[in-house]
Amino acid sequence: METMPQRIDELKQRVEDLLAEARRQGADAAEAGVGLDAGLAVTVRLGEVETVEHTRDQGLGITVYIGGRKGSASTSDLSPQALRDTAGKACAIARHMQPDPCNGLPDPERLARVIPDLDLHHPWGIDAEGAIEIARACEQAGRDLDPRIVNSEGASLNTNAGVKVCGNSAGFLAGYPSTRHGLSCALVGRQGGEMQRDYWWTSARAPEDLEAPEAVGMHAAERAVNRLGARKLDTRECPVLFQADVATSLMRAFAGAISGGNLYRQASFLLDRLGKDLFPRFVRIHEDPLRLRGAASAPFDAEGVATLPKDFVSEGVLVSYALDTYAACRLHLETTGNAGGVRNLVMEPTGEDREALLRRLDTGLLVTEMMGQGANLVTGDYSRGASGFWVEGGVIQYPVQEITIAGNLREMFAGLRAVGTDLDRRGGMHTGSWLIERMMVAGE
Amino acid sequence: MMATPNDPIVLAREGLLAPAGIAENDLERLFTQLASTGVDQADIYFQSSRRESWSLEGGLVKEGSYSIARGAGLRAVSGEKTGFAYSDELAMPSLEEAARAARAIARRGQSGRVRVAPGTAVPALYPTDDPLGSLDDTAKIELLQRVEAEARARDPRVAEVMASLAAAHDLILVVDQDGRLAADVRPMVRLYVQVIAKDGDRHEQGSSGGGGRHGYAWFLEQDRALGFAREAVRQALVNLEAEEAPAGQMTVVLGPGWPGVLLHEAIGHGLEGDFNRKATSAFSGRIGERVAAPGCTVVDDATLPGRRGSLNIDDEGTPGQRTPLIEDGILAGYMQDRMNARLMGTVSTGNGRRESYAHLPMPRMTNTYMLPGPYDPGEIIASVERGLYAVNFGGGQVDITSGKFVFSASEAYLIEGGRVTRPVKGATLIGNGPDVLTRVSMVGNDLALDQGVGVCGKDGQSVPVGVGQPTLRVDGLTVGGTEA
Repeated sequence: METMPQRIDELKQRVEDLLAEARRQGADAAEAGVGLDAGLAVTVRLGEVETVEHTRDQGLGITVYIGGRKGSASTSDLSPQALRDTAGKACAIARHMQPDPCNGLPDPERLARVIPDLDLHHPWGIDAEGAIEIARACEQAGRDLDPRIVNSEGASLNTNAGVKVCGNSAGFLAGYPSTRHGLSCALVGRQGGEMQRDYWWTSARAPEDLEAPEAVGMHAAERAVNRLGARKLDTRECPVLFQADVATSLMRAFAGAISGGNLYRQASFLLDRLGKDLFPRFVRIHEDPLRLRGAASAPFDAEGVATLPKDFVSEGVLVSYALDTYAACRLHLETTGNAGGVRNLVMEPTGEDREALLRRLDTGLLVTEMMGQGANLVTGDYSRGASGFWVEGGVIQYPVQEITIAGNLREMFAGLRAVGTDLDRRGGMHTGSWLIERMMVAGE
Repeated sequence: MMATPNDPIVLAREGLLAPAGIAENDLERLFTQLASTGVDQADIYFQSSRRESWSLEGGLVKEGSYSIARGAGLRAVSGEKTGFAYSDELAMPSLEEAARAARAIARRGQSGRVRVAPGTAVPALYPTDDPLGSLDDTAKIELLQRVEAEARARDPRVAEVMASLAAAHDLILVVDQDGRLAADVRPMVRLYVQVIAKDGDRHEQGSSGGGGRHGYAWFLEQDRALGFAREAVRQALVNLEAEEAPAGQMTVVLGPGWPGVLLHEAIGHGLEGDFNRKATSAFSGRIGERVAAPGCTVVDDATLPGRRGSLNIDDEGTPGQRTPLIEDGILAGYMQDRMNARLMGTVSTGNGRRESYAHLPMPRMTNTYMLPGPYDPGEIIASVERGLYAVNFGGGQVDITSGKFVFSASEAYLIEGGRVTRPVKGATLIGNGPDVLTRVSMVGNDLALDQGVGVCGKDGQSVPVGVGQPTLRVDGLTVGGTEA
């Protein structure tokens, strides 16, 4: 795994060969990428090793343009013959396609020239034995926390190191190595005939940034036992506090609705909303793609365009969409360096911690888990399964389950009242808890 | 047995082993390294996979892609411990390295030599022909253009049409513990149409599609492709009229076919062997108990010809089967792969599936459906004073341990006074798996299976599945709308 950075030059050569091959087979322009990844994943359950998995993945992909027509092909085989076949297949597909004037490479001015070191590569060098010990300690700490923890789905540790190289026929060629490590634990609590499962996880670019194994296990255990004794609620309207780890899914819905692909397809409820009020004045949502060691950080986007910090929502107003070159052309805008998505989307907190948010919620629903895919990005209609806690006078009363929460994302965004300081930065969406003024809760 | 040109074993040897120069004695050597003493179960899974997709948007077919992947996954199981490694390269040095990594789970010893020989052949549920080559590329593009034209011609409110056509051809070879060889050649095609309809400022979507283990010609038969286009438009137009959905517990009538996602989420996952071996399922230890109303019989059936979830053999080489899950309301059995079956003292039900050679097999569903009952669908709707009639769904999800599950309606209507009245917006439905089927008060005589677009996710692995059911009346599901 330590050898990943050393392979960059070799992979750059493959990308150049692939691009040259595409040109030779008739492409006017082409972009290509090669990636390698190696990892180890172990799971320990009830103190015993359950799985040890060694992963090694490699792949290359190319997109070619011939007279405004586009074709793509990919393979897991990096041999010279596979390179030729893949370039050939992409060209053959392109020749069948209908031309689209928006097809093509990004403006060369926008390509990343300097590749900043974002401190993303921290190999762990741990072996299976060491990984098993950590997973075992994690699970054991959780099982020891409470006698009601009677079963486990195990604790898993995974560590991955990879390298990615991208290039295009306009002269862009760059690559960088990165690592990701994670530890998760899922435990089962029992009380009478009722069983509840919950989990916790930590993920980081560098092993030293992971939460302590024991803390992960204990947090999982605490979450599982806190769910015991869950009731349904009567159907009612009330304010809802989305705990930070579930508020990230609201951020993902927002990111989906501002993504170019959904906009030019008229499949977003944020169509024609640029420059309009979306959230209350206090809200700022920005992208921090160059954050050192960030979960979703990248020095350039999927087409080689330099990534830059920027606001999507400023003083509550939607100020930018998230676009790649193609979507920008379709919408008569400029690329925002978001080919492949948004990277570290940050919701700025409004200053209240979790306790203060519960007090401000006063009487309402604290949501700690959501189920299902009920976010309709075309209309903004939102309806999902939920579980969490009923809160009165700012104090948690009892766990609740088998309920749904429903509203419309546009109204939910406008009804946002506060964003907690309890930031969850483990994934690509960084936010604290969201307090939303009012939603429909369906139960009995 | 005579080897025919379409014998999967012959095709797998030619397509997977021969190009890599792997001979039978190489397989035996690999196995000797993998299955050392202390290994209770081992297998090698070779796979070659070719995929293509073509898509239309904004009136143009302008995206096309092709991919090819091949590799082998090697597994050694000792008790409940599994060692696993895979290789993207079908070459002996990489495979031997993977074998050493996988078997490190069980420390010492030498195994006896394994002799590799073909297992028993199973009847074929689908053709071995390459679906990618079943239609020429120009005709694939024309098909997408006809789908778009059909959708646009239906109604001027159709604002956008997106359509995609995809095919996959998988060749797999499994060498199991006893050196038995099993192979399968799996075709898959899929056509999907999404429509955005616009009326004033209001945008709504509708979608439809289908597929299965066929060649592309299947879409041209019985007007299927254009039928999907018309269905997507119909749904989008219905949704343009939809009012706020109700909130709260009520009687729900589920339409036939795809609403069978209810069974997949509410009981299917909870009956997978791994969760039951670990006793983390709300159904653990409940075989022989009543979990559904009398008249409810549910099976998982890999043996339906050409279906998306069908399998000649599973990914461990066990023949595909029809497994009773619920018989007349009584929990009849779990779905097993080899490891969980062994640990639970039973046999595999042919449900050992994996996304690819790079993933470990686990118990998964194939085609899961409820058998028909006595009621006419019209009679079922007429029996409901006030309720919801839900006929199309998006996906669902389940918490195995608490048994709580959701599935999201994308087309639904109010039932008032025994009649279907107004369309309502999509809403999530939530219930409790172990008791939801006890609330089934009427089972329709109109069993239908879905059109073949289902994908099931578990532990990060996706596999194609099918669902189905007749019209069902469920007395008391929570509907997650916005109108109290």
